[in-house]
Parts: sequence; structure tokens; C-alpha cells
Amino acid sequence: MAVRRLAPKEIQPEDFVFTPENAAWAERIIAKYPEGRQASAVISLLWKAQEQGDGWVSEPAIRAVANLLGMPYIRVLEVATFYTMFNLQPVGRYFIQFCGTTPCRLRGAQAIQDVLEQRVGHQGHVTDDGLFSWLEVECLGACCNAPMVQINDDYYEDLTPDNFNKLLDDLASGRAVKPGPQDGRVSSEPQDAVNTLLDPALYDGSVVGAWRKRFEEEDARVKAEAEAKAAAEKAAADPTPARPETTRGGEQKAETPADRVANGKDAAKPEEKKAASPATAPGAEARASEDKTKG
Amino acid sequence: MAKIIVDDVEVEVPGEYTLLQACEAAGVEVPRFCFHERLSIAGNCRMCLVEVKGGPPKPTASCAMNVRDLRPGPNGEPPVISTRSPMVKKAREGVMEFLLINHPLDCPICDQGGECDLQDQAMAYGVDSSRFAENKRAVENKYIGPLVRTSMNRCIHCTRCVRFVTEVAGVPDLGAIGRGEDMEITTYLEKAMRSELQGNVIDLCPVGALTSKPYMFKARPWELLKTETVDVMDALGSAIRVDARGREVMRVLPRINEAVNEEWISDKSRFIWDGLKTQRLDRPYVRENGRLRPASWQEALGVVAARVRSTAPNRLGAIVGDLAAAEESFALKSLLSRLGSINIDGRQDGTALDPILGRATYLFNTTIAGIHEADAILLVGTNPRREAAVLNARIRERWRLGNLKVGLIGEPADLTYTHEYLGAGSDTLAAIADGTHSFADVLKQAERPLVIIGQGALSRRDGLAVLSLAARAAVAVGAVKDDWNGFSVLHTAASRVGSLDLGLVPGEGGLNAAEQAAGGVDTLFLLGADEIKVADGPFVVYIGTHGDQGAHRADVILPGAAYTEKSGLYVNTEGRVQIANRAVFPPGEAREDWAIIRALSELVGHKLPFDNIAQLRQSLFVSHPHLARIDTVEPADHTAIERLAALGGATDKTGFETPVVDFYLTNPIARASAIMAECSALALGVSRQAAE
Repeated sequence: MAVRRLAPKEIQPEDFVFTPENAAWAERIIAKYPEGRQASAVISLLWKAQEQGDGWVSEPAIRAVANLLGMPYIRVLEVATFYTMFNLQPVGRYFIQFCGTTPCRLRGAQAIQDVLEQRVGHQGHVTDDGLFSWLEVECLGACCNAPMVQINDDYYEDLTPDNFNKLLDDLASGRAVKPGPQDGRVSSEPQDAVNTLLDPALYDGSVVGAWRKRFEEEDARVKAEAEAKAAAEKAAADPTPARPETTRGGEQKAETPADRVANGKDAAKPEEKKAASPATAPGAEARASEDKTKG
Repeated sequence: MAKIIVDDVEVEVPGEYTLLQACEAAGVEVPRFCFHERLSIAGNCRMCLVEVKGGPPKPTASCAMNVRDLRPGPNGEPPVISTRSPMVKKAREGVMEFLLINHPLDCPICDQGGECDLQDQAMAYGVDSSRFAENKRAVENKYIGPLVRTSMNRCIHCTRCVRFVTEVAGVPDLGAIGRGEDMEITTYLEKAMRSELQGNVIDLCPVGALTSKPYMFKARPWELLKTETVDVMDALGSAIRVDARGREVMRVLPRINEAVNEEWISDKSRFIWDGLKTQRLDRPYVRENGRLRPASWQEALGVVAARVRSTAPNRLGAIVGDLAAAEESFALKSLLSRLGSINIDGRQDGTALDPILGRATYLFNTTIAGIHEADAILLVGTNPRREAAVLNARIRERWRLGNLKVGLIGEPADLTYTHEYLGAGSDTLAAIADGTHSFADVLKQAERPLVIIGQGALSRRDGLAVLSLAARAAVAVGAVKDDWNGFSVLHTAASRVGSLDLGLVPGEGGLNAAEQAAGGVDTLFLLGADEIKVADGPFVVYIGTHGDQGAHRADVILPGAAYTEKSGLYVNTEGRVQIANRAVFPPGEAREDWAIIRALSELVGHKLPFDNIAQLRQSLFVSHPHLARIDTVEPADHTAIERLAALGGATDKTGFETPVVDFYLTNPIARASAIMAECSALALGVSRQAAE
């Protein structure tokens, strides 16, 4: 990104006054903000000034906006120079913002850039007839239709040197052009044969929650295997038939927190903890029950 | 209060402290560039990174995080800050390396060299070589006025200057255009800055991007002799440091004095120094056949002595100017009283203030720091921005805190804060005193209303009546109470309060400054009095420093010492006694003013009883004990204001006019300064443009 400066004095207009419609619009925008916060409208107003000023913000326009909002001139200049979408130099009638970010590059943006350089000239240069100028910008978010450019307010996508040249010819001769994909696509649907998302099961509802079911089945299988393995090991180590742990009177002993700590466990039992922290418990319970119902 | 551990030291600090302040409370120094105590927090230089336990697990900008934002440990341990851990060292070294990527290696030709924050901190955190092989950024220098030179390659984007002019000075001319690496500090279309405090951005700039234009390539900080003294360009007595090399004052810098100027000074105080070298009176002159010719001290003093001896005491007078220290005023008064004259006046602007009314009637009783407590301010006949720019910044600082209403009676002015323009003259003031004006209710509802009366309201024929009316208004709105004295007189001359304290007003039946200047006396002493036109007739003895109006009219010129060349007491507008120290010696044959008067007294046969400044001060303190209490404000008895309010008198209908028409040219030193002349021309151009 280069240093952005105001246009030279010679090409600055003498004066800038909002048209009555724009002034009324500005008044409505300013009224949106609370008293004392009118400066918040600065970007909207600069944008309107750019629209009215043939696509670029002139020095008188900056002053006009500042006066309207009661801001020091330097504050508005700061905003205008910060945001790259404010053009500080004159632009062509058709201002082409050319996307040069990775997806477009991969899809052949270089060829489009070559066309621009050849037909329009270097970046920022306005053609002699005042029709075109272009600027490389970062991703415009239409990667599925790469490569693409934005001309004034519209996107022109799926460009090739041929259809882009034709597009520029049409614009230059004033013929109507169609925004959007230039290769016959309607939007970002598959370009030719459809070869993804073909499984009918995707559309009959059977896949809803399928992933959860799969995890649960897997968990159950692992658990069952582990139990079977443990039982087999126990049977091998201790051939006597399993019997329940017997307890005799007097031998039974309640587990005290001190014992628990001595055995390396937490002083409070898990169930006690649960009771002591009701703030977290209901949520956890709710989640647990939800899981159950879903399962 | 929150406990926090800084490098193993536990301290207890208020929760709203930033980590950086907490570190300072623990005695740990944290490097910084963008942070400044008196500006808003930007947090963009990242030099103050510290490691915290109880906060984000990454290096944290200590200037931008509060102590209360940190969490205690699991068992309630206080949060821990480490400023010396390997992580911190590495982080700061990384920041420094980034800062130095685009910073030129031009320290040897940079005016900031030797007092540069970046230089100092690079010694601690810089690495010895650069890993950056690409091109450095280059930025065009900008014109932002005649006082501040820019060298924008050096800028590290701390935005202290932008925040200063926007917040403190209140004249938002500077801004940062562009973004990221291409950010540049400039004014709108490179116009000159319009603030009277713009010189302070030079001190604020942590690198050499903004330096003093007049001081450009003049000296290195380590070769300067630094003298701490006070400023006399206005009546605030701002604390300054005069840097001199040999016999030459090279620059003036502010010192911190929280009670007066915080750490700002006006451009007049800062850039006056070239006026100390030009138009100087460096030898005595005697007028002969209508032309001044150089003379020896003996001859000149002989001429004066002969003239004084042949003048009747009641035809002998003296006017004391705006820059005189208490010592010479006292010496001159002693001499005149010994000669039997009562025609002495320290109020060459004709202000109605008089010590006989009580000390409270001519002081800024609220004190400058007291402005912070005021919640409604009435400005009468004053434009503080021109008369005391630093005090105006104080009012603005208070205004920014909110809940302050300011009303102005006098000339409409841009004061840098919103205020209500009430009216032009005494009619409006009377309406407030009578309670019929709506602003009177604002003042009455305020807990601590403050009425500031400027010399514009008092230096008129009806000055005393206006003063009394202002006092009546102040009493009526409840500004004068036992615990709050909101009646404050703003002076424009550094010597004025001292003169009034010393009683430099004509005695019973004596002639005041205007009457003396109009020809009421035959022999007239002007002690640096240059703002008054003396009519043809009197024999004028001018004791002063510069070839200005007084010297042009003089019959004998006795060259004196400027404020940087003598030790002297000055009493500022709030009644604070401060001592100015000598930084350099007077030029040529010029002598300290009190010594001239002492020498003359011997020749006229009334030898003054002191041979050195210590003895002079001794007798000064005996007769005026409060002047011995340096750096203190003696609170004045506020009942004097009530007595003054009862005085009354007829006021005239004309509007108040501010006495300072041109901020940059208010005294003989300023008028001799080329820098001030340039600023003045620029300011006039600006106002002419605004008027169109």
C-alpha cells in the first residue's frame, strides 16, 4: 500500500457543496447519532461526498464534511486517508477494483491484470477519455467466482481475458452490461457437471444426528470389549467363583474425609461436591438429560 | 486498594492504577514511549510490556491495564507482575527492534541526541545490529509552524503530540494521516499550528521527530549549564530551566511545578530567548542635543544625580515596569522615600488594584491548582488564553472532567473550551451581581464558583468601580466563603503582585503612573516601564534591558539585567513568592538593577543601607515578612473582598477589552525577539483570514 495523499491542488475543485438531496440525506444520517456524537457520521458523509464528487473525495469535500459535523479538518483528513475505499485522486467513470488476492490469482487474475495494464494503463491512471481507471484491492469475497473485478457498485465475475475485454468494450461504447458471472453461470453454482453432494441419503433426513450415533456405537463397543477382557483376566487369575464382598458386623467402617485424603483422594465425595455447588449442577444435569433424550 | 506483587515487592495500590503506575509505586522503572501521565492512554508503542500472573498469558502493555483487571490466584494470592523475567526482556527487545527498523541512524546529527528516550532505552533493550535488510521507510518532513521543526523519518508513531494538542492545548491542528507504516503526523495541508502551547510537543516527543526550530543545531544538552528559575512572561511564574552556554542563553525548558504550570509552558516563555540577545542596552547612554550617546557609568550616574538633586521632591516620580523583581522595586521605593517623593507607581497599565483595599483584592485567591475544584467559572474582562496560556490549559483540563460551566464577560474569544458568552461590559456584570442574569443562578448553584477578573476590566477609568462590582457579584453568588475564596484577579505582568505587596502606589496626594507620564513630574524614573508613553517634558531616566519604547524616550539610559541575569523575587498572580536565579551575566557594562539604584543613592546623598543582595533581602524581609516565605502562598483575608464589594461606584457602559492584544509581543524582551515577531505575524495572518 502506498502513501495516500490528497490530489494536487491544480485538479482540486474550487468548492464542494452537497446537493439539496444529499444535504437532506446527510441531515437524516447525522440525526441518528446522539447529541455530541455527530462526528460518528463522518464515514457516511465522506462516502456520500465521494459519490457526489465523481467517485473521489476532494479537499473541499473534506472541509465541507468537517464543517457540517463541527470537526477539525485534520480529523476528517485522518479518516479519509485511513480508509482505502475513499479515493483521494480522480477516478474514471468506470472505476475498476481488481481483486488480486490468492484465490483470484490461482484462477487466472494475472491475465485480467494484464488486460487492465494494457487497456487502461498503470494503477490509478485515468484513461484519456476519462472512462476507466483501476486499482488492485484485497479480497472482495467472491472467491467462488474468481477471478473477478468490481466496477463502480457491481461485481463482474468468472472473468477471462476475452469476456473481460468484451465487458470493457461494452462499457466504453455504452452498451448495457450484465453484472455478475460473465460465463453464463447464474450465481456460484457448479460450473459444469455436478459431482459433489450426490448421495440421496443427504436429502432424506437419515444423516441427521448420524455422527452422534456413530460415536455412541463406537463407545459401547469399546466398553463391551474392555469388560469382556477384564472378566477373562479375572477368571484366569482367580479361579474361585465370584462372590459378593461380605461384610460382617463391626468390620464395616464409614469412610471419613481424613481417610480419603490419606488415600490420596479429594476430601469431599463427588456427590457431596455436586450438592455443594448448585450453580453448576443444574446446567450439567440439563446437558446430561438432553444427551439422553437425543441418544 | 488492591495488593499486587511487583518483582517480589508487595505493594498496595488503588485498583484504578495502571500496572505501570503500580510498578512505579513499587519503585520499578518501566520503559515507555507513548504513555504520558498527563495525556490519555494510547497503548501503541508496546514498550512497557510486562509479564503478569492473573492476567492474559502474554506480554501485557502495563500502561493500558488496570490493577483491578487482574485476578487473584486460586488461594487469594495477589496478582504478580514481573518486569525482569526473560519473557519481558525478550518482548521489549522485540519491540525495540521493530521501532528501530524504520528509525534512521542519525543520532550524531539529531538535536534530541543526549536527551532522547529512544536512545536511552535502546541502550537497555536494543540489539547491536539489525536483521532488517529491506529499505527503511522515508517520510517527507512537514511544515507545522515556525517553532517546531520536524524530521519525520524519526517518528515512532507514539501520537503524544497529537494527544497533547487535542487534549491539553485544545487546538486540534495535529493529526495522524494514513495508516500502518504509512502513518504520518501532520497538520491539515501543512498549515502552522495555532496553539500558544505548541512548544510543549518538543518536550513530549520521545525521539527527535519534533525538535525546536530556533534551537536547531545550536548546542548539545551536555554542554549546557542548567539553571532552575521562574518565568516572567506572564503573571503565573511558571517554573522553567534556563540552559546557557557561556554568556548565552541557548534555550528555555519547563520544570514541573504542580501548583503552577504542571509541566507546560507557553511558547512565549519557551522561545523568548533570542530576544535576550538583541536590542540589548549594554552600556549607559546620555542624551545630548537630542541624540543618545554612549557614556561611562560615572558620567551617566552623575548626570542623573545632578538632575535628581535639582528636582523638588514632589516633582520626582518613578514607574515600575512589568518585569521588575521585588528587590529593585524595593530599592527604588526606598530611594524615592528617602528623597521625599511619594510619586511611585508599579501599575503602568493603570489598573485600579490598590494594596490599601487589602491583599485579597488583588490576588488570584483561588490559586491556580484550586481551579480544579471550581464547578462554575465567570471570566470578567479577560481572555486567559492570551493573558496566561498555561492557566487557560488548567481551566480546559477542569472543563474536560465535565460538570463545569464557564461564562465570559468581555471580548468574545475562542478559549478552547465551550463557554457561554454573557455580554461585553459592566451591565452584564451588574446583572449577575443583582441576580437578575441567568448565569447568576448557575454560579449560585455551584458549590465552588470562581470569578476571574482580568486587567481588561480594571485598567480603565472606572476600574475601581468594576472591581467593586465584581467583588459584589462574587459575594452575591457565594464565591467568597470561609473555606473557598473564588474571587480571583488574573494579572498579566510578572512584577505586578510584587509591586502591590511592596506598596508601589502613590502615597496620599501622589501622582499615579498616567499622571506622571503625562508630565506631572520633572524627573521620572522608568524601571523597565515600556508599556506607557511618556509625554514630552519630564527628564526620563530609564533603567532597563532593551531598546524599546522607554529607552527611546529616555534622557539617560542605565542598562540593567534581564530576568535570566539576576537573582530576584517574583510574586505570581496567586501571591506565590518565587525566586529567580541567575543563569548568565548581563551583557557588556549592564549591571543588576538594584545595584544601579544603590550606586545612585550614594551619589544623591541618601545612601541605601545595603551593599549586597543578601543585605537588601534582609531589609526587604523585615518590612515585608511574607516575601521571605518562598514558594508558598500566603492566604489573604477574604473579608477585604466584602469591604471592597461595599465600595460601589459608577461604571461606564463600554465593553471590557483584553489588555493582551498580541500574545507574542507583550514585553520588551518579546518585542526584541525575531521568533516572536514571526509568530505574531503568523497569528495576525490567521486571525485576518478568520475575519474574512
